[in-house]
Amino acid sequence: MARMKFICDAERCIECNGCVTACKAEHDVPWGVNRRRVVTLNDGVPGERSVSVACMHCSDAPCMAVCPVDCFYRTDEGVVLHDKDVCIGCGYCSYACPFGAPQFPTNGTFGLRGKMDKCTFCAGGPEANGTQAEFEKYGRNRLAEGKLPLCAEVCSTKALLGGDGDVVADIFRTRVLHRGKGSEVWGWGTAYGKPAGGGTGTEQKSGAGTKS
Amino acid sequence: MNRALVAGIAALGIVALAACGEKPQTAGGTKKVDAKAFEGAQNPYSVAGWKAGDRASWEDQMRARAMAQNEYNRVR
Repeated sequence: MARMKFICDAERCIECNGCVTACKAEHDVPWGVNRRRVVTLNDGVPGERSVSVACMHCSDAPCMAVCPVDCFYRTDEGVVLHDKDVCIGCGYCSYACPFGAPQFPTNGTFGLRGKMDKCTFCAGGPEANGTQAEFEKYGRNRLAEGKLPLCAEVCSTKALLGGDGDVVADIFRTRVLHRGKGSEVWGWGTAYGKPAGGGTGTEQKSGAGTKS
Repeated sequence: MNRALVAGIAALGIVALAACGEKPQTAGGTKKVDAKAFEGAQNPYSVAGWKAGDRASWEDQMRARAMAQNEYNRVR
């Protein structure tokens, strides 16, 4: 098996925040902490793009490199996890992460900044799999239950894919090969059909900047 | 009497100097070992179709679950 990976298809993401909500509910994530967020570029402008962002479980994770107490570890499936019993909440990982994945509860053991919390790829933590202790610290361990991360499985447009990197890459590749470009990708062209006579309506303008 | 006094002072000295001793402060020793995902979960929420403890079975389950995200399987 290859490494577990997320891919978010910016052509499909409709900024519904279903992934964010599902994650918060599934893991009982505390107030103020968002393990996953949807980022929108050019919000409100035709051609805007949204992408769902969380820990990318980097192959060469900078958070692991900078952690002064070495609380991070990587599973056999390439999921980057951490031990909250070792974490001192210093925040170095937050500065090192290019995706803003590490989150800190505002009322934790260390007063204003508690121990780090981040996406676990629904793989829990170092506590025994599927136990209450693991749930309370890290949330559900769906991988040990034979499931994939809920954010990806719940995504209504299947913009967010999660799982074995080879498999999700194949799905994404197939999709890109089958779909057209511009407004045909997703949106007006798909919903209402192509404009008669090759019109140059708004949908054409909105698709002008998209990649093929 | 003198000997007891010397012994007492020596004992006090040892106690006082004990604070100067250096204890290891590395966090490495406390790191827990995580169980593998294919070993299954200790709760009743596991889905059917694979066998806990069997890595190949778990990997097949993950692959099948991932392919469920491919809508071309349904619409074509």
